[in-house]
Amino acid sequence: MGRQAKRLATDKMNQTRYDAIIIGAGHNGLTTACFMAKAGLKVLVLEKNDYLGGAAVSLELHPGWTYSNCSYVCSLLRPEIVRDLDLPKYGLQVIPYSGGGVFMQNGDHLCNYTDHDAHRLELARHSKKDSEAYDRYSTDLMRQCRFIKPLLMRMAPDPTSFKPRDLAELAYLGKRFHDFSEAQMAETLRFWTMSVAEFLDEYFESDVIKAYYAGSGIIGTALGPMSPGTAYVLLHHYMGEVDGNIGAWGFARGGMGSISKAMAACFEDHGGEIRSGCGVDKVLVKNGRTIGVVLKNGDDYYANTVISNADVKHTFLDIVERNDLPEDFVRQVERFKIRGSSGKLNIALDGMPEFPQVPKDSPIFNGDMHFTDSIERMERGYDDWKNGTWSKDPYLDMLLPTRIDPTMAPPGKHYMTVFVQYAPYHLANNESWDGPNRDAFAQTVFNQISEYSPNFKDMILHYECRTPLDIEREAGITEGNIFQGELTFDQLLFNRPVPGYAQYRSPIKGLYMCGSSTHPGGGVMGAPGANAAREVLRDLGARQTVRGY
Amino acid sequence: MTTRYDTIVIGAGHNGLTCAAYLAKAGKKVLVLEAKDRIGGMAITEPTEDGVLIPTCAHLLYQLHPDVIRDLNLNLKMAASSLPTIALGSDGRHLKILGETLTAMNGADLSSKDQENYTQVMRDLKKFARVLGALLGQKPPRLKNRDWEDTKTLLKLGLSIRMMGRKSMQEFLRIALLNIADQLEDHLENDLLMGVTAMEAVWGTHLAPRSPGSVLSLMYRLAGSMEGTQGAIGIPAGGMGKVSEALEQAATRAGATIRTNAPVKSLLVENDTVIGVELESGEKLLANSVASSADPQRTFLSLLGAEHLDAGFTRRLNKIRNRGDAAKVNLVLDGLPEFNGLSQQDLAAKLVIAPSINYIEKAFNHAKYGEFSEHPALEITLPTVVDPASSRSNKHVLSIVAQYAPYQLKAGWSEEQRADLGEAVIRTLEAYAPNIRKQIVSQQVLTPSDLEQLFNVTGGHWHHLEIQVDQLLMMRPLHGTAQYETPIGGLFLCGAGAHPGGNVTGAPGMNAAQRILSRKG
Repeated sequence: MGRQAKRLATDKMNQTRYDAIIIGAGHNGLTTACFMAKAGLKVLVLEKNDYLGGAAVSLELHPGWTYSNCSYVCSLLRPEIVRDLDLPKYGLQVIPYSGGGVFMQNGDHLCNYTDHDAHRLELARHSKKDSEAYDRYSTDLMRQCRFIKPLLMRMAPDPTSFKPRDLAELAYLGKRFHDFSEAQMAETLRFWTMSVAEFLDEYFESDVIKAYYAGSGIIGTALGPMSPGTAYVLLHHYMGEVDGNIGAWGFARGGMGSISKAMAACFEDHGGEIRSGCGVDKVLVKNGRTIGVVLKNGDDYYANTVISNADVKHTFLDIVERNDLPEDFVRQVERFKIRGSSGKLNIALDGMPEFPQVPKDSPIFNGDMHFTDSIERMERGYDDWKNGTWSKDPYLDMLLPTRIDPTMAPPGKHYMTVFVQYAPYHLANNESWDGPNRDAFAQTVFNQISEYSPNFKDMILHYECRTPLDIEREAGITEGNIFQGELTFDQLLFNRPVPGYAQYRSPIKGLYMCGSSTHPGGGVMGAPGANAAREVLRDLGARQTVRGY
Repeated sequence: MTTRYDTIVIGAGHNGLTCAAYLAKAGKKVLVLEAKDRIGGMAITEPTEDGVLIPTCAHLLYQLHPDVIRDLNLNLKMAASSLPTIALGSDGRHLKILGETLTAMNGADLSSKDQENYTQVMRDLKKFARVLGALLGQKPPRLKNRDWEDTKTLLKLGLSIRMMGRKSMQEFLRIALLNIADQLEDHLENDLLMGVTAMEAVWGTHLAPRSPGSVLSLMYRLAGSMEGTQGAIGIPAGGMGKVSEALEQAATRAGATIRTNAPVKSLLVENDTVIGVELESGEKLLANSVASSADPQRTFLSLLGAEHLDAGFTRRLNKIRNRGDAAKVNLVLDGLPEFNGLSQQDLAAKLVIAPSINYIEKAFNHAKYGEFSEHPALEITLPTVVDPASSRSNKHVLSIVAQYAPYQLKAGWSEEQRADLGEAVIRTLEAYAPNIRKQIVSQQVLTPSDLEQLFNVTGGHWHHLEIQVDQLLMMRPLHGTAQYETPIGGLFLCGAGAHPGGNVTGAPGMNAAQRILSRKG
């Protein structure tokens, strides 16, 4: 390019200056974008893929079928965000589902009923004592949910700071904690640090009941149910709500992509601009300040505020120049743990597979189905992960969204989503996921399901197998970890993602983070995105559109 | 029923004796009741027919609280007060660790980067451990309904964390609940070094290096000191039994009475207050208060009885984690053992077989499912080498802690299982000391189940209860009884099941005595 042409190009760019650029159109990036656009700012969202949504997407990979090909159920999405962004108006419809349960090796099963009495009866079938403990369990868990919920939409205070806002937030936390009785305080402290296996042991004795509830403590983490700290992870699957029902789960009609679509529609309605197929190569930094971004294709866009929806490692190790950052910060980012621990299969089925050990009309088929009937089997699956291989007897979280939402497959056919825990990102002996290992991984899953469903394999019309490597490639999340970073205490609250940078800001002026690597973490929650928008709007002195604090 | 005591102490282990000594020193009339025919609990040394002294259970001293030594004027001489640790490599290339100094033996790989980073990692950990260590010698502050002393403790703790500076405080808050494997892998490369350091964090616990919280358990271990050196390990002259004997002397010197062969059958309760104890013999003894150094489940369920407690408390009590994972194997050898690549002088050390983090993880996997490990991690001392006076023949003792061997073996502990465990330990040793089998004159294998029988500790756990964050401080053993007091008036806890916890520290006994003395009447 000649000098003159270059200057012309630069002039053109100057005409397209933005108030803020958001890297990545995942659900958090879009949430941030919506709140910023609502504040009247000129915002551009850049997405590397040709479609929006990051890990909340609906794709047609087999004609006639819609796959929620990454995240697959909806509950955690904060109702405040749905309300404030008016997402139903933009087409979001969440349909609650119930049911689910465990197919047991001995031919029995455990079914999860919505009706309280029916559920207790079902529990009593496995253990009378456990059915009596169930209410105590629900109450205790709900108390933890209520304690943590208000923290989700707040900035995590920095206990090492003397800033008035941090001190005020700490005092707020302290007050909430102090509202507990002494016994409840102690239970809370224990809950935050113990393993999900020990936590459940305090209530239940039946293996299958414990296994059913323990699943939520391990999904997405590189920890086993016997590892301390996993009880807390339960909350990341329990603190959601659908239509005000705390702990309820639902399907987004039309797949998880409907969430992103509704957000994108809201954003564009408020004047926002989205460009897909635009992978960001570098964040431009001048004198310690962000001035814009350069795309992989060489285009550049300018804004004094850049917000990254990518995970903290991808953001600071790949798209920010190392020498624009303090060495100490880079080291801390490098040791942030984002561990691939799960895979996913999307399957197009010719009809409803048979599971002879359960009555055909059982609500088990309408919810999350599992085959792991003891915590020991789950923990052994984790041992395989530690050894650098996928679980030979994996924990599956299997759903048939088409039982509830007929829009995702042709009439009479079904779409099945199977989340698979555990699958490491790094295979032992430097083996590659590409090739025979991916197929073997898929076969492991098929075999487990066919043990309970004789005609399952014959029903498969098409499937997509996603290893941690595939999730990384497509959604851009390091190691394909669904939470953009382990949910262990060293990476929560004021430690997430890096101590001293837990409030969405980075060492570079004008560069922010809004992904799940930040407080309060992963799940299709939108909270990191909304919290980040609040902080950015504060710094810009713009109109505050994020309510709460 | 002629005399009424101020306090009856149940159990003449080191904590019971410490508690008794403090109380007697304050002028109280104290009686110590011990079920066995000898004092000392888990800190004993026993002679064998071969003329050697065996540390039956505990074999290293590193945390005896300096206040206990000073206040009770303990007459304790050390045979060694800063033993090096040698991480054994199967090829004879070992690493020697003394304080923060590393020495590569026989050409072992050790980069200068590892050398430097190890020093830094350990210095940080010790610094944080010192902050927490200040809490060892006091009652843990309550979460609510605090008294002035509790508030003072909390303020002091907060201040000392603040005083570390912002960077250190951030690091402390980050790693407090981290797993040790991540912390080591972030800084080090050497497998042997990471293995031995990770093992330090998990000895005696149901944790492996990748279990969150293992950094905290290492800090707990590093909070102690020997003769002023933080983190140092030693062996008393005459063996671990000498610690108990010194405490016994201190107690009797101060006027306490100690009765052995006096097992307590139950506590006598009147109006929700303990008024004394009844012995197995039927004898009844009265006291204004009873301090139990038995483990919490034994104290509350066997001695007191659940009928005196509310259901919620009993339920929580039944769920405390007190299943031991460490076995003790004592081998008498017909001479000095030969370890690949170690000279005779090198044997005056703590030898560790835990060659990598994954080795430990694999050993631990079995324990999760109620199996013992075929390739256990071993902590080995040679008391007869460190303290020649403990052998009156040419025989030697290998004192070995073997992990992991769970209390609740799925198959149940039988004669055969015990022999298999002993065999697994010897086979593991053979890779490092090929001729060891031929040298064995006699062997003693103590599973956690055996330790439970021998020392009356439910679950056979070294520390009585797991050293994990949800069972520490104001939550040890349970909230509601964490300040040595219990729901029953006049009944106190003074054993390792109370704050600060296990190892031979004397701290629970000392703190409990202060607590009893601070009560009215």
